[in-house]
Amino acid sequence: MTIKTAAQTLEAQIVCNKEMEDKDVLCACGSDLMSDVMAFVKEQVLLLTGLINIQVIRTANLMDIDAVCFVRGKQPTQEMIDMAQELGIILLTTKLPMFISCGKLYEAGLKGGGVRTI
Amino acid sequence: MNLHYTIPGDNFSLAGFASADVKKKLKEMGYNSAVLKRVAIAMYEAEINMAVHAGGGEAFVEITDTYIKIIMKDCGPGIPCVEKALKEGYSTAPRMIQELGFGAGMGLHNMQENSDELDIESTMGKGTTVTMTIQLPPLDTDEIF
Repeated sequence: MTIKTAAQTLEAQIVCNKEMEDKDVLCACGSDLMSDVMAFVKEQVLLLTGLINIQVIRTANLMDIDAVCFVRGKQPTQEMIDMAQELGIILLTTKLPMFISCGKLYEAGLKGGGVRTI
Repeated sequence: MNLHYTIPGDNFSLAGFASADVKKKLKEMGYNSAVLKRVAIAMYEAEINMAVHAGGGEAFVEITDTYIKIIMKDCGPGIPCVEKALKEGYSTAPRMIQELGFGAGMGLHNMQENSDELDIESTMGKGTTVTMTIQLPPLDTDEIF
């Protein structure tokens, strides 16, 4: 699924790096715990989170996560936007809550893969 | 190549700078994404721990043709029980840190999972030294680690 399609599915606004919206993601990860993201995410993931701080962008960078969508209407700070812009990470925002966001993406065909088996 | 970083203890938002820099350097050297992530996760978690629990510290990084050795040294309160701390889900982090997205007991676990060798020396009241060694694949092959 392209990030553009994911954004439409989530009724999300793209905050930065919109020109990269044709990139593909293979799965999504919904978490407010960055250590869990590092433990379970493998590749080409759309990260969904309600967490707002610079460590979300640092985690995305370290994990090669191409796109981060902030749920529940959360808005990233300018510092986060600037860092994401520089690192080539697409930021999105949606007013949908986490559960509904994950459900909509799953229903639209984003069904996992690329995550560690427990 | 030898690198040295000072990890600040008073500014949580700066934690992660050193691991991002090491990842960038390894990427420039031509290492694949899998090994970059292992190094980045192990060092990033150690940086976060240093910032959260120990008031900062120092990181010494040695990169050779075959391995990277990361030594994280702090003068914090020490780890009361290393064995417990290594268990998934065990955490002594204050609630404020958990609200920042860390401190859910996966930090040391992630460091262990992503290191080929992990050594933790901790003395209560004196500090902790964490040494992580990760094997590096030969640069002239496509071998995935």
